[in-house]
Amino acid sequence: MLNIAKIRNGLVIDHIRAGLGIRIFNWLGLDKAKAPVAFIVNAPSKEMGTKDMLKIDETIAIDYALLGFIDHNITVNVIENEVITEKIHMTLPERVENVLVCKNPRCITQVEKSAPQVFVLSDRAKGVYRCEYCDEARGEIDLR
Amino acid sequence: MVTGRHLIEPKDFSIEELEGLFALAGRMEEQPREWRDAAKGKLLASLFFEPSTRTRLSFEAAMLRLGGSVIGFAEPGSSSAVKGESLADTIRTVSAYVDVIAMRNPKEGAALLASRFSTVPVVNGGDGGHHHPTQTLTDLLTIRSLKGRTEGLTVGFCGDLKFGRTVHSLVQGLARYPRNRFVFVSPPELRIPDFVTKEIIDKGGIEYLETEDFEKALPELDILYMTRVQKERFFNEEDYLRLKDSFILDGAKLRRAKADLAVLHPLPRVNEIAVEVDSDPRAAYFAQVRYGMFARMALFASILGVA
Ligand SMILES: [Zn+2]
Repeated sequence: MLNIAKIRNGLVIDHIRAGLGIRIFNWLGLDKAKAPVAFIVNAPSKEMGTKDMLKIDETIAIDYALLGFIDHNITVNVIENEVITEKIHMTLPERVENVLVCKNPRCITQVEKSAPQVFVLSDRAKGVYRCEYCDEARGEIDLR
Repeated sequence: MVTGRHLIEPKDFSIEELEGLFALAGRMEEQPREWRDAAKGKLLASLFFEPSTRTRLSFEAAMLRLGGSVIGFAEPGSSSAVKGESLADTIRTVSAYVDVIAMRNPKEGAALLASRFSTVPVVNGGDGGHHHPTQTLTDLLTIRSLKGRTEGLTVGFCGDLKFGRTVHSLVQGLARYPRNRFVFVSPPELRIPDFVTKEIIDKGGIEYLETEDFEKALPELDILYMTRVQKERFFNEEDYLRLKDSFILDGAKLRRAKADLAVLHPLPRVNEIAVEVDSDPRAAYFAQVRYGMFARMALFASILGVA
């Protein structure tokens, strides 16, 4: 594995499904980060084969609900003085706002453009979300 | 207490709240005159962004029979929606005038959206093929009034069970009560969708049967809920002609049924119930219309806090 200097205080976003890292990098706006950021793709992983990772040398605020929605297998390690002080496991959020877009042509959100797009988790095991207005199902996979 | 609440989908109200409404509707049916000033000075907005004379008249009759008044529109051509006003703005405006809104809109989720912008309670009178909770209230009240209960019944559904929103809602409504059984009678093309059998019926551990044999299913039913089989639902004329008579209720078929069967239909009917059935005491679909008005009266009186 590549040798990347340990971070002192910051976050390691680990177990990102291979290929998804770039989207999370963009989602978190890390191109504008002031601190050093390491973006590792195709790192070997026992459980996953390969995985992506992000190391941020700064403790930035993250929308964990959104991160969990994008990939609920992700773990985030919080690093303080070069030691992991917390491991945060993602879960699928109960609801997401303005992340998914409803594609049901009969849905009120198709005509009422100012309405927020709200999706509610309806099947945690399968990761299925439903539009709060019309109940149309969207899997998390749709987003990716 | 349902005072001040919206009714967007049937499950917005608990079983206890529904019981309260049905008991109130029963009192209104017995002594309608006692309620003629109950909602005096209250104003209903009846907003029909899609025409439905039947549902609109039921809402308006209910409000007027409570002594309230009604404003509104019966079709989108006379609403500001045609000028491009958003639903949110229409609702914000109208809710400044009235005490309660009843609305129908062809878009799914329209009533939920309206409820987010309204300062007064919103009653969903149908949002596309999605929810129509006052129809479900009507159906449950009819069953409760005619049978004295909404549990331990064998309920048959016949016709278009695939697209029949009223069927799905009523199944869901009845599944909340113990020991009901369902018999689904339909052509294979129009059978009850999996999301109803899997998510509502199986989850509730409820007994049900699917069949194409209407005559065989009839004798065990306590309730028969008929729906229209529309020609447009079939791929070809042949299939439609072959199947349509199998799912028509007539006097001959009715002879196989229990003496205390109640035949319901959300109306309008076309030919799925032969006219000869109308004079049979088991035909309850016009009584159902009347229960629909009492259900809406009880709903308005409760929401407005004047019951
Ligand atoms: Zn939708």
